[in-house]
Order: sequence, then structure tokens, then C-alpha cells
Amino acid sequence: MSGLDWIVLLGTMLGIAAYGTWRTRHTRNLNTYLKGNHATGWFTIGLSVAATQASTITYLSLPGQAYENGIAFIQNYFGLPLALILVCAVFLPIYRKLGVYTAYEYLGQRFDQKTRLLGAALFLLQRGIQSGITIYAPAIILSTVLGWRLDLTIVCTGVLAIVYTVTGGSAAVNLTQRWQMAVIWGGMISAFVILVRRVPDDAFAIAGAMGKLNAVDFSLDPRQRYTLWSGLLGGFFLSLSYFGTDQSQVQRYIGGAGLREGRLGLMFNALLKIPMQFFIVILGALLFVFYQVHAGTPVVFNQPAWQAQLRGPEAARFQQLESRHAAAHAEKEARIRAFVAARGSGDAAAEASARAELAAAQRASLAVRNEARAALQEAAPETRKTRDSDYVFISFILSQLPHGLIGLLVAVMFASALSSKAGELNALGTTSTIDLWRAVRPLAAHDEARNVRVAKWLTAAWGCYAIGFALFASFAENLIEALNIVASVFYPPLAGVFLVAFFFKKVGGTAVFWAAIATQLLLLGLFHFAKESVAYLYLNPIGCVACVAFALVLQAVLPGKSAGGPR
Amino acid sequence: MEPPEKSREPLTIRDPEAGESPDVPGFRTWRGVYLFVFVVFVLVVVGLTVFREVFA
Repeated sequence: MSGLDWIVLLGTMLGIAAYGTWRTRHTRNLNTYLKGNHATGWFTIGLSVAATQASTITYLSLPGQAYENGIAFIQNYFGLPLALILVCAVFLPIYRKLGVYTAYEYLGQRFDQKTRLLGAALFLLQRGIQSGITIYAPAIILSTVLGWRLDLTIVCTGVLAIVYTVTGGSAAVNLTQRWQMAVIWGGMISAFVILVRRVPDDAFAIAGAMGKLNAVDFSLDPRQRYTLWSGLLGGFFLSLSYFGTDQSQVQRYIGGAGLREGRLGLMFNALLKIPMQFFIVILGALLFVFYQVHAGTPVVFNQPAWQAQLRGPEAARFQQLESRHAAAHAEKEARIRAFVAARGSGDAAAEASARAELAAAQRASLAVRNEARAALQEAAPETRKTRDSDYVFISFILSQLPHGLIGLLVAVMFASALSSKAGELNALGTTSTIDLWRAVRPLAAHDEARNVRVAKWLTAAWGCYAIGFALFASFAENLIEALNIVASVFYPPLAGVFLVAFFFKKVGGTAVFWAAIATQLLLLGLFHFAKESVAYLYLNPIGCVACVAFALVLQAVLPGKSAGGPR
Repeated sequence: MEPPEKSREPLTIRDPEAGESPDVPGFRTWRGVYLFVFVVFVLVVVGLTVFREVFA
């Protein structure tokens, strides 16, 4: 990175954080600290909801995911608009009507204290893990390619988020997320425009022929990770859990000027989320085309690790792999040219034949790449912590974009890390204060200043926990999948409890409490023993339905008083 | 800690404001907004399916 890149990066990051801290430095009111400014409009709420959901992983890892496996991941979001409609119509009016600070307060009012604590604990457990992943994800990639120290990158990102989140609470989070989203989309669109100008005119045809544009898959195979059905069913329950019961989202839309603002903010996301994600996966597919016709395409994208091996004791082995890849890549380029020519000739038979030859060349090239990745992981076990696909987009940024824009795109990665991290910390601090601390200090509930003080301390404590988790983390999955897998294992019991609360008025606290525990054990068992036969998105409907069914059965078999009785 | 008595009133899943005006040009009720979002969603999925048929 040049001096100009550093100025752009530090200017945007520190500028936005300082602005948020300064504007909200006098926040003393508990309601404003936890729910944000009363005057917040629907657009800010909508941006805040989107910014909290989309972490760096979305912008860094998703293009790589599309590069590797095509754009099928888009189906993961198919259930989202439907879930948001349900949240708007059912969840949001109840939260607003009760004036709760957290979603779990509602469980205490609908069921009992132990169910509220269970809901809060499930949220804190999974969100705590995810907060570690969201801070680790950008740090591991950026520190590797930019040559920064991993621990310092994690600590600096974490501390910056802690400072303004602790200072201004929800108001600061909403305020900074607006500007961070502006930086993010300014940077992403700039990168997209440059990429479009560097790929051939037939880019979509090439990507399609090489299997990267299968946006919708109608397969009924439950082992298939991304299909229309897993997206509609699994995505619906995953989104319902996330937007309806995860405090980091609930906190974004329960504040604001009124119910209308929250609803419009959510509908804004329901309309724009799939097009937004489509933009990012298409960027990944175009990156794929770019690297198919680009002469200097690396055999693996984690170049710092690869270059270290080329200088190491096994240099000959790695050089040989590199030569084999160069030959396979040249062959593939020739096949691509042949395919484009055949397509232009209008001869369907010639096009089909060229497509088959291209597919064969692609398989041969991929085999060499896989061999090279395996060799790298064997020689440098620390590279197993990330997937090579996570380095694709950042490699493009650093090698193809002009200075200044590189700084802006690196700022995109940090802005998205800070915006999602701040939302998470804000929610973790709020839930710990309202649902846990107040449970052990009920008399302190009316001391507003003390509540704000405690919320600040607990937010800072969660920030330190996330930093600590990130410093010792290790993940084998693609980063965006790691986040969704954690959510799919821990969300469904929580969503099940809320579904029972809203739709089964005769079920009481004890029945739903034990149903949630049983569901959590079932999901952990399924994930551990049957992850090869059940795609993780299906854990969401399975968990939600199981929780509701268990609760109904327990309500029926437990004696009236033991079942907790409906309120 | 026991919740305040008023909070124990039964909560229905019906959205009492679904029929009210969302104050959005072109929409008279929230149901209309939800229907619009649903129709756009269906069109997006159909569009993606067509996209796949054309290029994949």
C-alpha cells in the first residue's frame, strides 16, 4: 500500500469512528443508549440492519465463494424477504407495543424468567462465538496479504469498535453505520466497474459454460448445500431467527421514530438484499473469468505463503507445481478462445463440443490447483486456517486497482468489520445488562445512570472477549459458511421458542424451556453425526419444527402446573 | 424478578395495524406493502432462473 492508500484508509476509518464518538459523547439516557435516537428514520434503520448483517466476510469471502463454487450461494437468501414480512407483521409490533429493550424480555413476559434467561444465554453463546469470527475474518486475510501482524490487526480493529460503541451505544452504531455503508458501496462499485472493463465481452457466456452461473438449482437432494428448496426453507427459518430473535438485529429496528420507521427499514432490506448479494456473487463470477484469461493467474491466491515455500527447502516441488499449473492454464485459455469462436459461429454442435473440451481443461487445471493447495497445507499447516478462495478478491484489489482505490477497498473491509462488530457488541452489552445483570440486581433497574454505566462496561467486556476469541481462533470452513453454520446450529431452538410464544398461546414456560434444551441437543447431535447427509441450512427448519413439536408434546404430558401454564 | 402485571396481557399474533395506512405513496395498507415485496421477490427468483437458463 502506498502513502495515498494509507491516508484514504486511516482517514475514512478513524474519521468515521471519531465522528460517531464525538456526536454521541453526551449520551446519558438509557433508552437512547440502548435503542438509539428517537428521531431515527427508516432509511437509517434500513442501512443499519443491512450493515449489521453484512460483515467483512460478505465483501471479502463471498466473491471468493462465487469464484470457487459459482453463484449458487445466492439461494441462501431466498427465504429472507419472506421472513422479513413475518417479522414486520408479527414480531415488530409486539416488541414495540411492550417497549422492551431486548427480544428476550418478551420471553420473560410471555413465559417465565428461566425461559428469558435461556433465550438470552443462547443468543450470548452463539453471538459471542460469531463476534470472534467477524473480527478474525478480515484480520487473518488482510494481515497475510498486507504483511501486517495478525494480533495487532485484530486488537486495533476491536479497540476502534469498542471505543465508539461504548461511548455512544446504539446511537453511535446507527450514525457510523450510515457512513460506513457509503464507504463500502462506493468502494465495491468502483472495483466492479474496473473489473467489468478488464473481462472479455463474452464474460457471462464463459462463466456460464464453466458452471459458475447456476443461480437456481431445483435439486431435491438434502445433501446439496444450496438449492432453491434449502434456500426457501432453511433460509426462511435462518432469517426468521436472525431478524426476529437476534438482539443485534432487533436492537436496530425497535428504536426509531415509530413502528412505521422500523417496518420500512425492514422492507427496504427485504427488497434490496437479494439484488445486493447478487451484485457481490456476480463480482465473484467475473473475477473467475478475469483469472481464466489473465496470464499471471497464480496457482494459489495465498501468495505470501506460496512464495515462502518457493524460497524454502521444498522449492523444487513447488516450482514444478507452478509450471504444471501454467501449462494447464494456457491450455484452458486456448479452450476458452475456441469456445468463444464456436459460440460466435452459431454452430450448435461445434459450441457443445468446445464446451465439453473447455470443461475437461478446467478439470485438469483444477486438479493441479487442488494438488498445489494440498502441498501448501502440508508444508505450512497454518494455511489451513483459511481457504484459498478467501484471498481471491483481495488479491485482485492489491494487484489490479490503482493506488488510492486500494486504500478505499481495504477501508471497505475494515468499515464492514467495524459496522457489524459494533452492532454485535451493542447487542451483547444490552442483553447482558437487561437480561442478566438486572436479573441479579433487580433493585438497580430504576437507576438509569447506573444501568448506562453497567451497559458500557459489559459492552467493553464483550469487545475484549471477541478480541481474545479472535486471537486464538482457527476455522476450516470458508468464512461466510462458518458464520452460517454456527447460526444454523444455535438459532433454531431460539426461533422455536419465539414461534411457540407467538403462535401457541396454550404452551407454558417449562414445556418450551425443556423443548428448547432438547432441540439444542438434537441439533448438536445432527451436526456432529450427520453433517454429510444433511446440508446445514436444513438444520433451521428441523430445529424450529422440533422445538415447537417438543413443546406441544411436553405441554400435553406434563401436569398443568409443571408445564408452566400459559400466561 | 416478576414482570409488571400489565405486561402479562395476552398478546395476539394479529397485526392490528396491517389495515392502516403506511404513509407510503401508492400503498393504502401495510398488507399492500407486504404483497408488493412478495411479488418483487417472486419476480427476482424468476429473473434468476431465466438468467441461469440463458447463461449456464
